[in-house]
Order: sequence, then structure tokens, then C-alpha cells
Amino acid sequence: MTWPKSYGGSERSALDRYVVMEEMLFAGAPVSFHWIADRQSGPLLLRFGTEQQRQTILPRIARGELCFCIGLSEPDAGSDVASIRTKARKSDGGWRVNGTKLWTTNAHRAQYMIGLFRTAGDVSERHAGLSHFLVDLSLPGITVRPIRDLTGAEHFNEVIFDDALLPEGALIGRLGEGWSQAMTELAFERSGPERFLSSIQALIELIRHLGNAPTEEAAALVGRLIAQLVTLRNMSLSVSGMLEAHQDPALEAAVVKDLGGTFEQSLPEAVQGFLGLELGSGEGSDLHQVTAHLMQMAPAFSLRGGTREILRGIIARGLGLR
Amino acid sequence: MNETSPILAQMVDRLFADHVDMALLAAASEGHWAQELWALVEQQGLPWSLVPEEQGGMGASFHDAFVIVRATGRHRAPVPLPETMAAGWLLAMAGLKLPAGPLTLAGAQSGDSCRLDRSGADWRLSGSIHRVPWGRVANSVVLTLRHDGKTLVVQAARNGAVIERAANLAGEFRDTLTFRNHPVEVAPWNHAFTDDPVAVVGAMMRSGQMAGALADVLARSVVYVGERQQFGRPIGKQQAVQQNLAILAEEVAATETAAEAAFLAFDRGDPEFLVAVAKVRAGIAVSQAVGIAHQVHGAIGFAREHPLHASTLRLMSWRTEFGGDRRWAVALGQRVLAEGADDFWPHITAG
Repeated sequence: MTWPKSYGGSERSALDRYVVMEEMLFAGAPVSFHWIADRQSGPLLLRFGTEQQRQTILPRIARGELCFCIGLSEPDAGSDVASIRTKARKSDGGWRVNGTKLWTTNAHRAQYMIGLFRTAGDVSERHAGLSHFLVDLSLPGITVRPIRDLTGAEHFNEVIFDDALLPEGALIGRLGEGWSQAMTELAFERSGPERFLSSIQALIELIRHLGNAPTEEAAALVGRLIAQLVTLRNMSLSVSGMLEAHQDPALEAAVVKDLGGTFEQSLPEAVQGFLGLELGSGEGSDLHQVTAHLMQMAPAFSLRGGTREILRGIIARGLGLR
Repeated sequence: MNETSPILAQMVDRLFADHVDMALLAAASEGHWAQELWALVEQQGLPWSLVPEEQGGMGASFHDAFVIVRATGRHRAPVPLPETMAAGWLLAMAGLKLPAGPLTLAGAQSGDSCRLDRSGADWRLSGSIHRVPWGRVANSVVLTLRHDGKTLVVQAARNGAVIERAANLAGEFRDTLTFRNHPVEVAPWNHAFTDDPVAVVGAMMRSGQMAGALADVLARSVVYVGERQQFGRPIGKQQAVQQNLAILAEEVAATETAAEAAFLAFDRGDPEFLVAVAKVRAGIAVSQAVGIAHQVHGAIGFAREHPLHASTLRLMSWRTEFGGDRRWAVALGQRVLAEGADDFWPHITAG
């Protein structure tokens, strides 16, 4: 929505986009397919991509045709992203990639990945020598294996690169600058309405269940949840305003994501606990099903896009403690 | 922030930084009235900041008031500035004359039993009001009472009231005032945005003060963990301490956001919902923040002469003044539940 018209965008404000995203989440719309591309991959290409990459990719994202995934985590590189081992080696006609990405959300549906690979040095050199690539997942030498999560569904994947050859033009931004580019990308991931609305359907169903003649105790529970929700929304909007003003909201975004994740996790638990729901997978009323699903999903809310501990470390650094 | 806010912020901050120290706070907590500080606050015109200019005030916005009130909380200024600002605003809204400050306002407490009697144009107040902020030093107390199905704003001079002294956890005066057939000024409250202006404006003020005191608690904690050495290095280098201070910082940021939104909502003329949000959110923050701040300070923070408790004890008290989290959470929950599952969201996003 916010992108230049020349790349298929509408040149709307960040706030306009925020409103649409929020309403989609509140309505429980299926957003998973395009979400990462719209939120992270597209903006990254806009900022660092080559003209060719922008022209071929962005209009297709804008039309909702493309699903992206983010190739950061690896078997030995989770929170410690800088210990990435997957290598992209310069060779005739492009880049040879070898290694494994893990926990890659939507890789089984995505046409493209934005991957962070090591182009120089080894793991001991940490942030240096990492570069960003636009990866066409249909290329030979790339295997995607879905991994069932604890809900039984397949969201994340293992992506194996076995001498896959990426074309010359696959590099995004500057060679060796992948780390700082990736951190910019994560700020987009950490502050939006999806960072406090993941469990909103549980609150909606709770409100429906309690009706308009609640006990004081029930009203107090809803009031406490609403106070947190409204405040998170105002904080998230303020980060969105910073992004619009081209300020760097990395610290504020970490605050929103950690508080938001904690809230999202507490919400289904509060519903289950207050109503004493005995939950089973995929059974019962909407209230039961939503709560059951979110109880199962909740552990992920403080893992994805930076674990709670990493976020708090960022905040501590912002306080001058590190 | 509008144009005046940064200048105002600096002025208020300097005033309190220069004149509020631990000696004053210790004396105030033992019953000393900080008259000299109040005189300085009056010289700057701050008590009348929310009164329109044509009625002799500063005509400031509530957003400006947020800056003043937050600074008052941050410095733990032991004067009824938020109360006088709120009372002045309320009197101006009701079209009543402004008496000399300091003023205070009294929300309903359990055990209050006030009665208004009218004879012709004269009104008289009888009964006791409990836990009146700064009751013993305020020249006048502003309250609202229901009379004949209407909400009336009542301004009662303190002179002639029987005062029973009491205080909150931080030693701030919270006195009982008893009136007997006491002549008062009365005007109807004719503003639709709330039936209970004392509670709403009072809770807004306390949420702004809490944002300030929480910022003080965070700043103090960050400095302290950088100085205090254990195991051969500052304790702030320990991850466990860092993670706790990050939580504290999050709670401070949330309270600040919520409180500012409440003041802004007053400027828009629809404050009840966001004031409730702010008071509840600030209460949640206090639960976390007070514990963490004292934990990282260790034993020294528990010492009477240490400045930390001037903030933490106020936070524990302010949390329930003008309605505790529970009262406001119930109000908030009832409102949302009355709107229903399909209609509460548009209200939240309309702001």
C-alpha cells in the first residue's frame, strides 16, 4: 500500500496500511500468504534491492501473487543469528549456496526466500561477511521439507541448499552488509499490530461468551485485558509513526514486541483459566476452539522474530547497560 | 507535543529539580507543609494552567498539563499541584469563582456521608469526606454530589471544617474533613462526557504522576546498577539484572503512553475510556516496577534515607487514589461488554 506507484504500490501512508492490517487481523482474515512479503521482504528490496529486483518482484508482491520466506535461522544459529554457516560462494555465473536453513516459516508455500548467507570468512567472524540474497526456491539444488509443529500443522520448514546456483543478480544490497540490512528488516517485524493481536479472537469470543450482564469479576478481567490492548495499540502506532518519519525505532519496536508477546500469551490463558475450559484440539464451541488453538500457539509468540531474551537484551542496551 | 510543551517541560523540571530534595521529602512525609515550594509553583502560574485565560488562567491544553503533572510525579513534589489544576479546571467548567489556592478535590470514599441543604440561593454542606488529598493545607475542596437527580459541583472553603489528619503510605496528607452546615458554592455539572468529573480528572492526574514516578524509578535503577559492584563488576552487567530492568523499562513506556493518551483524550472531550485505560495500565505497571526497582537496589533501597521509596511508596498509594485498578477495570470491562463482541473494536480504533 505504501510503495511507489512505479512498483505497483499506492503511495498511501504507513498509517493507512496500519489500519488495513489491523482490521484484517481483527476480522481473523487469512493473511499468512502475503504477510511477510508485504511487511518485510518488499520493504527490504525497496530499500536495498537492485532496480531489476524491484521491477521484477515488487509489482507481483503488490498484486498478492508472491509468498516470501525469510532465511535466517539455522540448526546452529537461532537467537545467535551471527553464527550462520550457510555459504554462498562466488562462482561462474553466480553464487553457489550450500547449507541448511531451519524453522523457515512458509518456505513450503513461498516462491522466494530472502536469505542471509556467509559470503566471506567463517563463523568466528560473526557479523562480518554476511550478505543478503534473493532466492528463487524453484531452482535446482533447493529442497524444502515441512516440519509439523505442536498443533499438528505445517508452518515452518527445513530448507536445504545443495550446491544451488543463484544468478549473479541475486545479491541484495552490498556484499558483506547483510547483517545491518537484516536488523533493519527485523524492526519492521517487531512493531506492527500483529505483535499484539495474535490472540484477539480469544478476547472477542470471551466478550461474546460473557454477554452484557457480567459479574464484577468478569468485567474486571475484560477491563484489564482491554487496558493492555489499547495501550499496546497506541505504542505500536507510535512506532509506525517513527517508521513513517524515517526514525530508527529498533528499541521501541523491541518494547512493543516483548510487551505484545507477553500480552498475547496471557490472553488465551486468562480465558481458559477464568472460564475453567477443558480444551481439546478442534472440538467444542468457537470459544473452545479459538482458545485451544491459541493456547497451543502461544509459546511461539515469544520466540518468532526475536526471542523474549534477545528483545530484553536490546532494551537493556538501549538503557546503556550493555 | 505542541509548541509550548518543551519550554514548559524544561521550566517545570528545573523548578522541581532545584527545590525538591530528600530533606524536603523527608520533612514532608513527617507532616511538614512545603509552603515555599508552593509559593514558587504559584509564581509560575502552574496551578491555574487548565483555567481559561479569560478566567485568569494559563489556558493550557491537557497535553501541556501532562508535562506538568508528569514532572510533579517524577520529582515527587510534595505540593497539591495536580489537585489544584484539576479543581481549578472543574470550577471553571462549572462556572464557579476561583478561590485562592492551593485547592484540592475529593472523590467519593466509602464512609462519606455528605448532604446538601438549600435555603433560597444559599447552599450548606454537612458531613464527612475521607482521605482528602492535602486537605489540611488546601484553601478549598471541590467535590461533586448528587442532588435531586442532578450532579452538582460543590466548592467548600476549608475554614470551619474539622480536620482529622491522615496520610498515605508516602506521608502525603490525606485528611478527613467534617463540615457542619457549612456554606458552600454550588453549580450544576452540565457536561455530557462524564457524570463523575472528580474521579475522571483525578484518575487522569494520578496516572500522569505515576508515569513520572515510574520514570524516576527506572532512571534511579539504571544509575544504581551501573555503580554498584558485586562479583568484581557492576551488577548491571549481569543478564538477570538486565532482563529485569528491560521489563521495568517496558512498564514505564506503557504507562507513559497510556497516561499521555488519557490527557489527550481530555483535549478531545472524550476522556472516560482512556482515563480508565491509563489508571488500570499504570496499576499493572506498579505491580511489576516497584518490585523490580527494589530488587535491583537491594538493602540500600529499603533504607529510610534512600530516595527510592519516595517514588515507590507514592506509586503504591496513587494506584488506588481516585479509584483503584479494580474499580476502573470493572468500568472498562462493563463498557466493552455492553458494546459487545462485534462492536467494541470500532470504539477502540476511533480515537
